[in-house]
Amino acid sequence: MNQGLQFDDTGRLRHLLTIEGLSRQTILEILDTAESFISVGEREIKKIPLLRGKTVVNLFFESSTRTRTTFEIAAKRLSADVINLNVGASSASKGETLLDTIRNLEAMHTDLFVVRHAESGAAHLIARHVPAHVRIINAGDGRHAHPTQGLLDMFTIRRHKGAFEKLKIAIVGDIMHSRVARSQIHALKTLGVSELRVVAPKTLLPTAVEKLGVRSCTRMEDGLDGVDVVMMLRLQRERMQGAHIPSEHEYFNLYGLTPAKLALAAKDAIVMHPGPMNRGLEIDSAVADGPQSVILPQVTYGIAVRMAVMALIMGGTPASQDTGTRDSASNTRAPAGRKKRK
Amino acid sequence: MSLVIQGGRLIDPANHVDGKKDLFIDDNGFVIGVGKSPPGFKARKTIEAHGKIICPGLVDLRARLREPGLEYKATIESEVHAAVAAGITTLCCPPDTLPVIDTPAMAQMLQSRAWRFGLAFIHPLGALTQRLEGKLLADMEALDEAGCVGFTNALSPVTDTLVMRRALEYAATLDLTVFLHSEDPWLRNGGCVHEGEVGTRLGLAGIPEAAETVGVARDLALIEQTGCRAHFCGLSSARAAVMVAQAQKKGLPVSADTTAHHLHLTEHDIGDFNTQCHVRPPLRGKHDREGLRKALSNGTIGAICSDHQPHEPDAKLAPFARSEPGISALETLLPLTLRLVDEKLLTLPEAIALLTHKPAEIIGVETGHLGVGATADVCIFDPETRWTLAEDKLVSRGHNTPFLGQTFRGKVTQTLVGGKLVYER
Repeated sequence: MNQGLQFDDTGRLRHLLTIEGLSRQTILEILDTAESFISVGEREIKKIPLLRGKTVVNLFFESSTRTRTTFEIAAKRLSADVINLNVGASSASKGETLLDTIRNLEAMHTDLFVVRHAESGAAHLIARHVPAHVRIINAGDGRHAHPTQGLLDMFTIRRHKGAFEKLKIAIVGDIMHSRVARSQIHALKTLGVSELRVVAPKTLLPTAVEKLGVRSCTRMEDGLDGVDVVMMLRLQRERMQGAHIPSEHEYFNLYGLTPAKLALAAKDAIVMHPGPMNRGLEIDSAVADGPQSVILPQVTYGIAVRMAVMALIMGGTPASQDTGTRDSASNTRAPAGRKKRK
Repeated sequence: MSLVIQGGRLIDPANHVDGKKDLFIDDNGFVIGVGKSPPGFKARKTIEAHGKIICPGLVDLRARLREPGLEYKATIESEVHAAVAAGITTLCCPPDTLPVIDTPAMAQMLQSRAWRFGLAFIHPLGALTQRLEGKLLADMEALDEAGCVGFTNALSPVTDTLVMRRALEYAATLDLTVFLHSEDPWLRNGGCVHEGEVGTRLGLAGIPEAAETVGVARDLALIEQTGCRAHFCGLSSARAAVMVAQAQKKGLPVSADTTAHHLHLTEHDIGDFNTQCHVRPPLRGKHDREGLRKALSNGTIGAICSDHQPHEPDAKLAPFARSEPGISALETLLPLTLRLVDEKLLTLPEAIALLTHKPAEIIGVETGHLGVGATADVCIFDPETRWTLAEDKLVSRGHNTPFLGQTFRGKVTQTLVGGKLVYER
């Protein structure tokens, strides 16, 4: 359904707006490319010239630290010129429309916009109205999608758990309001995990969530039983006001990930969280800092995954230019995204 | 000018007429003969209608013309031209203009401005409460005198149940019809799409079906108690339609309409954030669309309206939830209704009835039929013409429609208002 907007006529990824509609092959290509970029961050000189001379604008209509910073680092490691704009504080408050803001920045010859916006569909809207040479990466739109987070989560799972087909995975928390959950669900369904569950009280589950191909559970005992990966979500503290949950205390008792609840999962299960965490609300510090947690590696991988996405949609791949990285799966394959999709 | 419309198939459901009959119209714009020429009648003009359908001019229960207050979207002038090009000769305007139609002066101004163009008739709906605030009752008697054909709070909910009770009681006192957009505002909770599959996938805040059923249930309880005549506007869910049907069976004085787009589109047409499908109430699931179609064919829903809401382009160029709801819908009202005939849901006379005398009865206006003595508001269309809705062919100032590029069958060729030819293709 997103095929038209996200891909160009030859089937190449043009924008990354949502994981929905990406083929398994495209997702794996991004993960493989990210593998090849991991070493860049470990070198003395953390830079490769893939996007030299390109202008990347981080356009954040909603505040963010982690996502904006990792996008900035990713773009800089690819040698792009990066401009950070916190629009929440400028144009939007002066009454400028979203598309006018974009048109103005476009007039400054921006090549790539990384956009975060509080409204679902903002990235789609922008992608529909920019000229063909401008690329868009959705860095989170409302409750809809956060595709690079979803991809870095897939990268993390593959690194720590291997093949997706045999995995049982649970996503726990505020599914209703979570763009992260939606992106994770689309990615995991496309990659073909053996079982995908979402765990939350009914007040935080979207009505038609099972239409996304997941099993919904309202009890942690059912949700976590035997899973290989536990993906926690952040709970916004304002959810109490909307009568979604009675109190932080009760939420933690029922859905907070404690060592005891984690014991329901497989012995070698990993625990993930997109951050920022609310310790003592959705996750116990003993779990967050415990041996099964891969929460900090997620952040590190996030840079490599964002580099991979930028490189792929800007048309450069490690295979087509000398990156000086070690051999990786992607180096031996055809240039990324050239094949016509189904 | 006296005229005869000859050779066409005359469909006048109110008078159970369906057949090849000529229509004779006198100098004053009244129907003077049906089927055979009155003695001594001499037509000064002849409209040739072979192969065409002649029916009463269409009556649209809900169309926003944007004037006064939002003239950058559309004007009375632009929209009455669009109306007659679509065969619509009578329009009802909700009171949510700027300022609100809550004074006789506003009601009269709207009608006199429309009359200046001599195209479609405009009948205002008066505000149920002052400034639509849901607190103090509007002067219903004065507004009725000034030509308002019903009273409504439009899309502003009357949240205070006591005020709603009083409004219905007072309207019943004066034997007026109240038009209800029943919706529980707390359950709506700022939502912008149906709470269902598409809202879940796109991460858009949903409006549950219960927002409508709870609203309809409350209002039906008050109607039952007050005996007020009421009309439910724009039903969107199958369950609400069943509730209205049960109330009608019980003998409550209630009628209902739905929009042409709710009979054709579902939440799935939103696709990837197509803001042209952002409407209020929202497009719901297939099950709801089928329920509305059933209510249409069994007579629960007595009218199809356009719910015309023209917008400037920018209104739709925003993230979905921030885009303004509504479709520029005058010019697709007849074509979408004819599609229901093609799909065998309705016969052609049934379809025409839902666009003519049935809505006219709901507003209590003497139009929508073509018996001898009736005002000659006439729509003539060629049922076989295939055409494609193109943006540059739209007469309305608003080009916001999800039906652009679609092919329809049936096109208006002439429209008469009061016996005067006001549109010819």
